[in-house]
Amino acid sequence: MAIQNLVIDGLKAGARRETMNIVIVGHVDHGKSTLVGRLFYDTGSIPDGKYEAVARVCQDTGKPFEFAFLLDALEEERDQGVTIDTSRVFFSTDKRDYVIIDAPGHKEFLKNMVTGAASADAALLLIDAEEGVQEQTRRHGHLLKLLGIRQVTVVINKMDLVDYSRGVFERVRSEYAEFLSRLDVMPTYFIPVSAREGVNVAARNGSTSWYDGPTVLESLDMFEATRLKQDKPLRMPVQDVYKFDKRRIIAGRVESGILRVGDRVLFSPSRHEGVVKSIERWNSPLRDFALPGESIGLTLTEQLFIERGDVVSHADNPPNVGATIAANVFWLGNRHLRSGGKYVLKLATQEVECRVAAITDVVDTATLNAVGSEAVEVAKNEIASVVIDLAKPIAFDRFTDIVEMGRFVIVDEYELSGGGTILWSDAASNYVI
Amino acid sequence: MNVIPAAELDYLDALESQSIYILREAFKKFKRIAMLWSIGKDSTVLLWLARKAFFGHCPIPLVHIDTTLKIPEMIEFRDRLVTEWNLRLIVGKNEEALAAGMGPDKGRITCCNALKTEALQQLMAREQFTALILGIRRDEEGTRAKERYFSPRDRNFEWNYKDQPPEFWDQFKTDFDKDTHIRVHPLLHWSEIDVWRYIRRENIPVVGLYFSRDGERYRSLGCAPCTGRIKSDAATVDDIIEELYNTTTSERAVRAQDQEDTYAMQKLRAKGYM
Repeated sequence: MAIQNLVIDGLKAGARRETMNIVIVGHVDHGKSTLVGRLFYDTGSIPDGKYEAVARVCQDTGKPFEFAFLLDALEEERDQGVTIDTSRVFFSTDKRDYVIIDAPGHKEFLKNMVTGAASADAALLLIDAEEGVQEQTRRHGHLLKLLGIRQVTVVINKMDLVDYSRGVFERVRSEYAEFLSRLDVMPTYFIPVSAREGVNVAARNGSTSWYDGPTVLESLDMFEATRLKQDKPLRMPVQDVYKFDKRRIIAGRVESGILRVGDRVLFSPSRHEGVVKSIERWNSPLRDFALPGESIGLTLTEQLFIERGDVVSHADNPPNVGATIAANVFWLGNRHLRSGGKYVLKLATQEVECRVAAITDVVDTATLNAVGSEAVEVAKNEIASVVIDLAKPIAFDRFTDIVEMGRFVIVDEYELSGGGTILWSDAASNYVI
Repeated sequence: MNVIPAAELDYLDALESQSIYILREAFKKFKRIAMLWSIGKDSTVLLWLARKAFFGHCPIPLVHIDTTLKIPEMIEFRDRLVTEWNLRLIVGKNEEALAAGMGPDKGRITCCNALKTEALQQLMAREQFTALILGIRRDEEGTRAKERYFSPRDRNFEWNYKDQPPEFWDQFKTDFDKDTHIRVHPLLHWSEIDVWRYIRRENIPVVGLYFSRDGERYRSLGCAPCTGRIKSDAATVDDIIEELYNTTTSERAVRAQDQEDTYAMQKLRAKGYM
């Protein structure tokens, strides 16, 4: 309870709280839900009656107490002891508030893992000390990289099953560190843990006296908050244009940069140019600027025909506009991504028909082995480099420049089936086809 | 680049902004869309956010499912806001079930299914709505924690929680087969205390039942026979926030239908319950 009390004092004092999203990933049965359940239990974050309710379910079904059931709420999940879909739970330390995202580790539910992980600021990647690095351990590591999650701490769990052996810990650590280094990912820490026994989760005991690093709880507070995007170029994708009253309001969310009244702005790809007359909000303090993350409206000094999909930038610092892009994609659909296949690509609020012009370098995400180059299709759970032709030009940036404008999803029929990050385009000057 | 006075989005601003984004996406993508208003704090905050998203207007019709078992003060509050805020309200009732004497004495889950889920189903069919906005939150209970912002329901209204579409980078499931509808959940990422902090900041009116009278108050609102009060002296929004900092009981502990069975909410929600 001590942790919560500190939080309460902070909140009462009116301190602004920072929230961080942490995803827990790793192979099925390596103990992700158990770790989260244990973290909650040990920090007194579980509501009254919940522990007892789970104890009752376990008793009724003849199982030992299962911390994972604090999160795995579905009957099917509890019966089979497997997380089907991502769960999110709230929890606080004296430093900040956390949303803990418990992602499924089964290969079949990779789309749910991506759903959970995509909104995370940092990740805990779990490995069973006894089983060591497995298929999803590698695949999840790879997907974290593709999703742009740079902060990773590796938790080596079930140390109780290997007698808290330092040798086992070091072996798993060096094997996985080597894998991550090939992805250019540098984990912050490797932590030996027993989630079931509560060792190095919220507290230490003598079992791992050879380990002098942080507990899982301490490691969370050591992640750095995602930095603000104010110093990036202005990008505001237009969501809609409203005319509910006299005002003609262009609505959208500022994704990066700062928008100010009086700014000369360019709409891409339509190439209209105008001057911001007002920034519109309802029942909010009057401010003549808007920050990244703000859903606002703007009016222009003269009427222009603006539509959803246009991207607002400063006239002197526009996004790329092009009809061919090269990207890394990860595929989640049951139907394969086919070379020559037609799909819909969605980037911010833009939607455009597209055709896969070429597939190069298909990689099995679990092994990092090349499945082949010049391939004709990408199967579920594979990643590939692709070239995509768009039916008309869109506005975008490279993923490494402005994340929100450099990533897209691919829709196959009605199904969102994959995601991608833009490497270059025909508009980018540093690439020659 | 010019430097701006040190200002960044505060935590409530960030929650609000994400909800506004979702409301605008939903309004743009679905012609026949409605918003469920239970008269409780969450859906009232949602209504407020809609007015934020649409600059003081609420272009989306509201739906209230009247089980006829609601606490009278809720209906008075509803009717007052409809007039003051110039809202379009559609009330749905399962007349047939009510005429046949449906009530919690027939079984709480049976009653919820008939008077809430089926009533909603009838209204959606009649009005041909293809999307419905609801104020559920992930921290309310375990099955809601697994929800998506845009969550499809099949022609039988059922939620296939074992095979949900992926959802990431704020790209939502807005393409769908006919005969299915989409549930939109703009408050999914809020917690109970966030809702109250926002009510305080924005000065949003809420029904008086949430405030302590004679040492008791409602923490969660539903039908009179199945919703209990908690012992509380919290008479103002500030008091409620203070109380929530210190409580370790869950919000829906007073909702009788949740306690019927370990998987009551899963069973109800799979059939199309809110």
